This record gives sequence, C-alpha cells and structure tokens, in this order.
Amino acid sequence: MKKTGAQILIESLIKEGVEIIFGYPGGATLSIYDALYDAPIKHILVRHEQGAAHMADGYARATGKVGVCMATSGPGATNLVTGIATAYMDSVPIIAITGQVPTPMIGNDAFQEADITGITRPITKHNYLVKDVKDLAYVVKEAFYIAFSGRPGPVLIDIPKDVQAASTEYHYPDKISLRSYNPTYYGHPGQIKKLVEVIQKSERPVIYAGGGVIIANASEELKKFAETTGIPVTTTLLGLGGFPETSNLSLGMLGMHGTRYANYAVTESDLLIGIGARFDDRVTGKLSDFAPKATIVHIDIDPTSISKSVEVDIPIVGDVKNVLVELNKLVKKKDNLKPWLDKIEKWKKEYPLGYKQGKEIKPQFVVQEISRITKGNAIIATEVGQNQMWSAQFYKFAKPRTFLSSGGLGTMGYGFPASIGAKVGCPDKIVFDIAGDGSFQMNLQQLATAVQFKIAVKVAILNNGFLGMVRQWQELFFNKRYSQTPIENPDFVKIAQAYGAMGIRVTKPEDVGPAISKAIESPLPVVIDFHVAPEENVFPMVPVGSPISEMIGGLA
Amino acid sequence: MKHTICCLVENKFGVLARIAGLFSSRGFNINSLAVGETEDAMVSRMTIVLDADERILEQVIKQLRKLIDVIKVIDLTGQDSVERELMLIKVNTSDTVAKSEAMQIVDIFRAKIVDVGAKSLVVEITGDEKKVETLLELLRPFGIKELARTGKIAMLRK
Repeated sequence: MKKTGAQILIESLIKEGVEIIFGYPGGATLSIYDALYDAPIKHILVRHEQGAAHMADGYARATGKVGVCMATSGPGATNLVTGIATAYMDSVPIIAITGQVPTPMIGNDAFQEADITGITRPITKHNYLVKDVKDLAYVVKEAFYIAFSGRPGPVLIDIPKDVQAASTEYHYPDKISLRSYNPTYYGHPGQIKKLVEVIQKSERPVIYAGGGVIIANASEELKKFAETTGIPVTTTLLGLGGFPETSNLSLGMLGMHGTRYANYAVTESDLLIGIGARFDDRVTGKLSDFAPKATIVHIDIDPTSISKSVEVDIPIVGDVKNVLVELNKLVKKKDNLKPWLDKIEKWKKEYPLGYKQGKEIKPQFVVQEISRITKGNAIIATEVGQNQMWSAQFYKFAKPRTFLSSGGLGTMGYGFPASIGAKVGCPDKIVFDIAGDGSFQMNLQQLATAVQFKIAVKVAILNNGFLGMVRQWQELFFNKRYSQTPIENPDFVKIAQAYGAMGIRVTKPEDVGPAISKAIESPLPVVIDFHVAPEENVFPMVPVGSPISEMIGGLA
Repeated sequence: MKHTICCLVENKFGVLARIAGLFSSRGFNINSLAVGETEDAMVSRMTIVLDADERILEQVIKQLRKLIDVIKVIDLTGQDSVERELMLIKVNTSDTVAKSEAMQIVDIFRAKIVDVGAKSLVVEITGDEKKVETLLELLRPFGIKELARTGKIAMLRK
C-alpha cells in the first residue's frame, strides 16, 4: 500500500517502539503533525524547541531508551542545536526530526530555511537530509540503529516538506547492515588477560568509572568486579549512580570538585582502571601529574577516546558490560589491599566533604535534605554550576540513571526540561531539578509544558542571587570583582503560581525539610525557592592547570 | 612529518564536507586532498596528505574511522606504495631562447607540452612529489604565470 512520507515517518517511529515525541509544530512539519493526529504516539508540546531536545535527552538518560524530538525548519531546527550538542557530548541517544523547505527550494534562502544538516554535522553522530521518500523508512531504521548502538549519540533526520507529502510503497526494513559502521562489542581476550595480570600484581589499584558504565547498563557488573577484587571505585560526574555511594569501596567523585580522598587515591595509585570514562580535562587536571605512578588501563567502546589525552598502557576496546562480564570470570579477591584501603579510610576520615551550618540555609544542606527525604531514590536533574556540583557531592546516588546532568557541554538550562523528560519516561519516580536562580531562568517557560501535561516535576532553586560558579571564580581568581554576576530575580513563587504550578519560598533552615516533603506530596509541578547563603563556595576545588592532588578549600 | 592516508568513503553528497569538517573542527591541517570515484561507483577514494606527529595521526585515523560514511582508512606512510600527482604549469617564454631551454628541461623530465602560446607554454607533468617539485624549481626562473596541481593520489603496490 502506498503511504505519504509523513505517514511512513510516523509508522516507522511506531515500529521503533517510540511512545513519546517532544516537539513543536510549524509550517514545514504540517504533514507530519497531521499524520501524528490519530497515531498512538503521545506528543508533548514544548514552549521552546531547545527544551524538546533536552526533554528527549532526559527521557533517554532516565529510561535507557531513545528519545525523540521534533521541530520545524529554520528557527525551529536551530533552536534544537544546543540540546543536540548537549546530547552529543554526553553520548545520549536521541533522534531529532526536522522539517525542511521543499527540495526545489533548498539553497534558495527560502522562508524558514536553514542548512540544519550542515549546522549539526559536528554535533551529531550522524545526520540525514532525506531527498527521496523512497529512502525514508530505511533512513529512520538506520538512524535509530546508529543512535543507540556503539557509543550512542544524537542523529538528526531532516525531511523536506515535499518529501513528507510524496507517496511510495511502504515497507519497513527488518534489518540493516552498514559496511562502514561496525562497533567493537567484545574486548580482546589477550588484553583482558593482561589486565587480570596487572590487577594481581597491583598494590594500590583504583577503578575510575564513567558514564559509559550507566550507558552500557553495567552497574551490576561493576559492583561485582569491585566487590570481588576489593578495589575502590571513584566515578566521574556522569558516572554518578553507576556505583552505589553507600558502599565502603566508593570514593565518590574525582576531579575538579571531587573528594580529596578520590583525588589522593588516584594520584597515589599504581593501577588506574578507567571504565567508560574519557579522561576529560575536568577529571585529570594537569595532565602530566595525573595518576603519575599508575599503569593506566582504559576500557571503552570508542577507540577515539583511548590515548586522546592520557597515554594508555592497556587499552581494551569493547562494550563495558561485555568486558566486565569476561573480567569477572577471571578475577579473584585481592588479599594484599589492606594497607591501601586503610590509607584511603584515613583520608576519608581526615578530609570528609562538609560545610559549616549557620543561620542561613546552606545550599549543601538543601541537597542533603532532598537526598535524605527521597532516600537516594529520586531522579535528580541539575543545571550547570554550583547547583550541579553540590548535587554531585551531597546527594547519595545509589542507582544508575538517577543523575541527569550536562557534563560535557555544561549547558545551563538543561536540568528543568531534562527533568520533565525523565518524569514522562518514569512517571512513578520522584524527579527533582536542582537548579540555580540563573540556570532556571534559561528555560523556565517549560513550566507551561509541565502544567499542561500534568508532569509533576519538582524544582529546587538554590537561590543565591548570583551566577554562583562564575562569582566563585571571580572571588578566587579575579580579586572579588563581581563583573555581571549579581542577578536580580523575579518572584519565583508568583511565577510558579502564574503558570498554574505550586510555588514555595523557604528562608529558614528548619523549613527546608518540610518544604521538600510538601512538594513531593503535591500532584502539581512545584518550584521551591530556597534563599541560600549568597557567597557559599563549592569546595574542594582544583584550580585550572593544577594537579588534582592540589586542592583548595573544603578542610574541616 | 608528512603522512599519506587513503580513505574509502560512501559516494554520497555531504561526505566531503564531513571529512573536511572533521579536520577543521579538530584543528588538523590538510596539505592536500584528492577525491574521485573508484572501481565501484558507490565508493569514492580520498587521498589525504597531512603534516602531523604520530599522536595526532593516530587521532586523525581513529576519528576518520568513526565517521559513519567512511568505509576504510589506510595509512600509506612507510608502506610500499605508488604515489602520483599531476601538475599543469604555465611558463613564461617571452623569447625563443627561453622557449627552447624550457622545452629541453621538459623533455628531460618526460613531461608534456600541452599548449604553446606566443609568450607561454603549458607543461603537464605527472610523478611523485619529488619529481614534480624538481621540475617546478627548474622552470621557476623562467617565470611561472599560473600553476594547478591535483594533490597526491596513492595506492599500495600489493
């Protein structure tokens, strides 16, 4: 039977198991929205396309499925760009569908025309401009396969208006094969054996686990690996939740705002086993002093990540889960670790993460209270800056896919729409966006989306009246010259109420816990405006260009 | 150090932009790039010459392999390969003495004269980099009015 391009697109999405699209209609997607009208796919109407991309991203990170967002040509498509780049940097599988001007008009500077495949080429894993309706079903299949397999990432499909309207025989391919794309899923047995040997010999090993552990659904395997061998684990920002912080073997996060004990352990280690992490500059600090005494092992599905910044001694290319399964068959309990673990325990006692309580609400306390009340079971999205780092430091993450944050691109405005996407994907979970007063205002119009579709996310604004992280750097490195960082805010409670959400203002420490509980109990989206200590800093901190062992602040 | 790499890529629109974009966005420099269809019309071959140390080269090759449309990447550096470049040189020959001198040099290099004008010659030369560069240097004193070169193409001998 013949179908139009728009119908083929929608049917193909159903075939791929898509249940939800985050999008915004426009002139170049009218046919698609018409086909969507009776389709068994839910559509969340956003209030700005950037939010659609972040929602698809939050949905994907929280559920482990592919997120789908859609926008019209031109400005609709360009508004997706920040969201696509965010997903690209953090290896999140999303499909972005954009309308395009009709094929005969492409290149003519037509109304609402933008070369979106050109614009997104460096920030997508792959992208397509579909010029013939006959190619459409195959492109959709291929796009989902590419987005989800190997190292995942965003894929964009640009569909001109005339292609959406043209008809052809519809047949959805069962299988595809790409001669030019074959990710390596299984680690080389010889390399795995080498790793087992160095593990046996090591005296001060550390596991450094990244977001790849969560993406590969390998948390159980990681736990088994750590517990069998007795090797302590530090995670990256995006690795949070990949290893339970309740475990004695957990060192928390490493890097610029990591724990002192994690950074000391990495610096003193004789074996560093990187798993699904990419030796990012916020993790390594000064490269030449990063894990200087260690044999460095790197397990990753992406060969380009290996030896990109840090020279690796034993690379293992493969899916993290598969490699860990093989590894777990070969490793056994290490009985020489006691001195090392004792040393780490001493660091933990000497340099715990902490802050001083006062009369004002401390932002760290708000995060701790959310952690306590939700028992570490909520999904936490964050914005970028101090709010992000305090969430990472003070929320006790125990499960994978519970921490959603823009680690690579560092996108302010990510957390709120991402939390909406996560709540749509996991309606039974409590979902918080821990925000700054600056970040929240970058995408707060999505309150309308949350209210219209009854998506009961909770926003905890750590309101300090500053663009806090930049202010902190100005305090520490620019002589307290607070250039353009004091920020005058609207009344967030009234804003929430105007949108039809609940707004709560909290100014005293004793009201923090009750406000959180009240927000959780409400069936509405809730914004809690916590007035926190204005000049609180995130510590410890590794200044840019310093070794990670040289931290400032955070001493009790 | 100069390296020559060959890429077999899907013969689709946009692939050249992906490769060029990869080089520019990651700060790699291309010395020359030659593209053409292969024996299989669905596949194009790109020969890329770049100046890079081993570490950068390794990243370039891995990043190229990561592109979905790239089928195969071969590093020809240090391998037994045939490399050729074609150059067209318009030489200034305002008097007959110069013309005959230039023609002699062309002859020695087994290059071809493809056009003769009143005041100029167009010389066509094919060869490896050393040969074409040497001819160019010998013709330079006459005055080069215009120069066009294809960039290097290459393949393994076996």
